[in-house]
Amino acid sequence: MGPAADHYPHPHLLGIEGLTPGEITLILDRAQHYAEKNRTADKTSNILAGSTVVNLFYENSTRTLTSFELAAKRLGADVINMTVGTSSVKKGETLIDTAMTLNAMNPDALVVRHADSGAVKLLSEKVNCAVLNAGDGRHEHPTQALLDALTIRRHKGRLHRLTVAICGDIAHSRVARSNILLLNTMGSRVRLIAPPTLIPSKIDRMGVEIFHDMEEGLKDCDIVMMLRLQLERMEGSFIPSVREYFHFHGLDRAKLANAKPDALIMHPGPMNRGVEIDSEVADDVERSVIREQVEMGVAVRMAALEMLVQNHRNLAGGHS
Amino acid sequence: MMPAIRAKASGKTAFVNVRLLDPATGLDQTGGLLIQDGVIAEVGPSITRDKLPSDCRVIDGQGLCLAPGLVDMRVQVREPGFEHQETIETAGKSASVGGVTTMIALPNTDPVIDDVAGVEFVARRARKVGLAKVFVYGAVSKGIEGHEITEMGLLHQAGAVAFCDGVQTIASARLLRQALSYTTFFDGMIVQHPEEPELSRGGHMNSGELATRLGLSGVSPLAEVIQIERDIRLAEMTGGRLHFAHISTGESVEVIRRAKKRGLKITCDTAPFYFALNENAVSDYRTFAKLSPPLRAEDDRQAIVMGLADGTIDAIASDHNPQDQDSKRLPFAQAAAGGVGLETLLPITLELYHNGHMSLLDAIGKITHAPAKLMKLENHGTLAAGSAADIVVFDPGRPAKIDPYKFQSKSKNSPFDGRLIQGIVLRTLIDGREVFTHPSCIEGS
Repeated sequence: MGPAADHYPHPHLLGIEGLTPGEITLILDRAQHYAEKNRTADKTSNILAGSTVVNLFYENSTRTLTSFELAAKRLGADVINMTVGTSSVKKGETLIDTAMTLNAMNPDALVVRHADSGAVKLLSEKVNCAVLNAGDGRHEHPTQALLDALTIRRHKGRLHRLTVAICGDIAHSRVARSNILLLNTMGSRVRLIAPPTLIPSKIDRMGVEIFHDMEEGLKDCDIVMMLRLQLERMEGSFIPSVREYFHFHGLDRAKLANAKPDALIMHPGPMNRGVEIDSEVADDVERSVIREQVEMGVAVRMAALEMLVQNHRNLAGGHS
Repeated sequence: MMPAIRAKASGKTAFVNVRLLDPATGLDQTGGLLIQDGVIAEVGPSITRDKLPSDCRVIDGQGLCLAPGLVDMRVQVREPGFEHQETIETAGKSASVGGVTTMIALPNTDPVIDDVAGVEFVARRARKVGLAKVFVYGAVSKGIEGHEITEMGLLHQAGAVAFCDGVQTIASARLLRQALSYTTFFDGMIVQHPEEPELSRGGHMNSGELATRLGLSGVSPLAEVIQIERDIRLAEMTGGRLHFAHISTGESVEVIRRAKKRGLKITCDTAPFYFALNENAVSDYRTFAKLSPPLRAEDDRQAIVMGLADGTIDAIASDHNPQDQDSKRLPFAQAAAGGVGLETLLPITLELYHNGHMSLLDAIGKITHAPAKLMKLENHGTLAAGSAADIVVFDPGRPAKIDPYKFQSKSKNSPFDGRLIQGIVLRTLIDGREVFTHPSCIEGS
């Protein structure tokens, strides 16, 4: 899909929407560099020494928070983690007040996760530093899509002309939305496979094919991307039972047989084994790249933080 | 029926050389209007400066429009209970600037207007403030809880002009049936917020592609249509008068059009939001465009315009819903729904005329005569001799830009922020008293 852009031109990373193929390639190329470096003994650098990164998480997360923390530390930044439970937000200060307070402490980057779609964008409008969306409601989770893309590229050598099936709880998934946007931008075909209640209205307008039957949908796919069934976000009856869900839409060996023989199995984690994915498939060392996704997560977040903080520094330098 | 007995202007005032617009009588002609002791004494083309008595104050309208003061049949004045968002006084000031001379206030205050004391409180406050006339809706159910009907007859007698449960849908079919049936003995009207609550629960914007892209839960247009279809059956069964507030979808227009053809006593209104904006206004998570019902697709917006033009939609109400900054500067899902509307009702309605969808007289009719007739406000919403001298003088062509920070309303949450409009209010009179004069007119007369 053409060459990488020569620089990342945005002040924030709020979503995949609006990124060009060149910009995505730029981030992935840099992330690939860090992926290699992270496998050596010399993992750290001081490229962001003296800068401050605040991880502001309004939703509990161990994996993503750890990944961002590690990424920032490997670049030499000072990192503060703020995990704000949902209940204390309700009685405490508003999102904007928190943003203003943190902004007054002059961080270089804010990494934000929030349960409401659009909350990270709202916050980005009120602060002077770079803002990185670590997941907002059901809207976007750009670093997840980027780490998925890097993982795919490392195995398939490209991001175009692939058929990618995204399966499961599309309705509640920011991961699905960011991946649809990224894969379409890069020239791959996206299929969504889920029971009708988990397919959001008019999502076909985002340029995807919709399947309800797993075996039909997986036919000849290069990539099988499973999503976590987010029971905690469900209001009302989306699925009759976990047992029925696994029967029709859980990934097991029999259903996987419909995909290409070299199809990769991916999952953003944390997995519900026996709900959306069978352990046998999840742990298949030949096919499953789920652990590599976690590894690429650190590399992608290093690349993103580096670009954003350097942009911010250049911007701040230009003003003074 | 009158909620307030207020001072009327004494003496005589006349407007000459104005374009008289009286939708009630079909009058659209250049002429004059004479006000005597707060009442319209004479109106018509024959009134000119030289024929007026010498003790009369004469204002030359320079050919601009003079119409009945606007009657806004859906306003939240937020008093009592939410005075940090609006009061009867600030709403009154906002109304004056917007050319609104009569407001019908929703009962969803704290306490709820579900007893006679509440009706009398609002009347007393409005009388003291002395700006726009304030009539109230009585609640349909006690405490707007949707269980038991209020003392509807007593509320009616005390001055409640119609009944609704504020921004809540009267969800129980049994309750609505009883309310519709009970009010037939004094020909009362029930106003429904048509949104099937189970289907719309948890939704924040119109369902569809944009909601999916933004990752927000949607309110299906079907939630509105289903409610309307059910309620039409209940109205038919009981013979009650049923009115649907702020309809927003094309299918709602179609269903109501068919019901009217069958001769049922069904009426409806819409708000400027729904014929001037579509769901794209909430892109970028703009909470000021978060409304209830939500802004719909462009097809729906066009159908609302058609419904207004062909008379299916009887009236336009501003749906004035003031929200403070803290209720709006939030992530979209947490933000309150609603927009202020009193000061933009006239110019946005005039867009229907400027865009060629309706005549000027018909457009003005939707915000004067039609709501006055629905609410049975005699001597209001018309320029006929003997009517209250509630008048608006406006320049339909003058361009302006909407700036909510200049609003008189205590709240600034307008989805029309920054919109370029044509048409401004020059003077507002209530019972002959001039309560608003545009700065450009202070020297002029």
